[in-house]
Amino acid sequence: MNFISSILAIVSKDVRSEMRTRYAMNALLMFVITSVATILFALREDEVSTEVLSGMFWVVVFFAAMSGLSRIFVSEEERGTTMTLQLVASPSVVYFGKLIFNCGLTLILSSAVTILYVAVFPTFMIKAITIFTLTIFLGSLGFASAATIIAAIIAKANSKGTLYPVLSFPILIPLLMTVMKATARALDGEMFTAALGEFQILVSYLMIMIAGSYLLFDYVWKE
Amino acid sequence: MRLIKYLSIACITFVIIAGIAIPMVPQPQSWLEFPIIPGLEEKARNIFFHVPVAWVSVLGFLFALYYGFRYLRTKDLDYDMKSVSSAGLGMMFCILATVTGSLWAKFNWGSFWNWDPRETSIFILLLIYGAYFALRSALGSDEVRARLSAVYSILAGLTAPFFIFIMPRIVGGLHPGAKGDTAGSTPVAQLHMPPNMRVVFFIGIIGFSLLFVWLLNVRVRAARLEYQLSKKEN
Repeated sequence: MNFISSILAIVSKDVRSEMRTRYAMNALLMFVITSVATILFALREDEVSTEVLSGMFWVVVFFAAMSGLSRIFVSEEERGTTMTLQLVASPSVVYFGKLIFNCGLTLILSSAVTILYVAVFPTFMIKAITIFTLTIFLGSLGFASAATIIAAIIAKANSKGTLYPVLSFPILIPLLMTVMKATARALDGEMFTAALGEFQILVSYLMIMIAGSYLLFDYVWKE
Repeated sequence: MRLIKYLSIACITFVIIAGIAIPMVPQPQSWLEFPIIPGLEEKARNIFFHVPVAWVSVLGFLFALYYGFRYLRTKDLDYDMKSVSSAGLGMMFCILATVTGSLWAKFNWGSFWNWDPRETSIFILLLIYGAYFALRSALGSDEVRARLSAVYSILAGLTAPFFIFIMPRIVGGLHPGAKGDTAGSTPVAQLHMPPNMRVVFFIGIIGFSLLFVWLLNVRVRAARLEYQLSKKEN
């Protein structure tokens, strides 16, 4: 099997096992609904500024991602299938397979949050569609790229659940600050060129994270 | 090492004496007078202590990263001991830099914390140190702990360019060199110091760096002894 088809085999295996239990999907969606409901209780009838709304949008995405994205490696460790995977595939194939799966999951997650926000917050109006779509897309990929390698690290640790956001947060801060700013621009309806700087940061973050994880994954994965 | 120890003691003693004793006058005439910087006045003396301490906290992280990288290459546990000793020292200096900076900010800018880009960066450095030690305590065997904490420190180091070069540009700040500074925004704050202040400042940087090297050496020797003792017991 060549490189691409083995990556796709890993992805389809993960999608199939996810479809059987729907563990990650259900956990993520329920997390999103409960946290948005909590925000609604706290705000009641208040008119909220676009900056606060875009900040809270990514707070929900961040904590939802932290509750679901670690499954990808933790489940292998729990089911005792890590060894098999190490035998059948090379580390880079495993890494890219898991990365693609997590990217898909984060994209679904952030689209779900978008739909909910548009539905429940009257002030959450997307005035600049291109900026918003591109921010969601690049932001989700950036999230998944950092979250995947950290999931691989914490899969070996004892207290997996609490450790995951602790380790991810410092790594994700540059991304979070940038996407919050870009989302606020999209809600204010600014011109596309105004957000160009943010997109440059997002693309460079994505490339640095994927290149770094690709080089470091061997050390995490192999015993 | 003995030379480094005495040199660092000499440098830091000099900085404490010179930094506190040299008077500040409006028009400095001789080498033993500092100018009064408008807005900073006597508080400017903190620059001889706060900046070197902040510098060493970054140095500690860089050393931890470098030794982590060496560990991944050689699988020699001695490098891991160096890495963790350096991170521990870096964390101590990071707390000191946060405290001295925060006190300075209270008296100069009005509040202990302003979320200025550099304050945010030092806060994130603290978080990285915290996460590094949290990860270490959650891992069982020596080899896995050394391997994964080295990977994490490299990963955290990869995000550093965003804090050094990009964030000060997009967020307005209060430190020199930030966006909106009249002297222009640069990644590293430019020095607008008269030569005599600059001499004291750089002796401070050298003194604190040597102190770090000496403390690191002491900690590494202690860690090696501890490791040998634990091997003897088993």
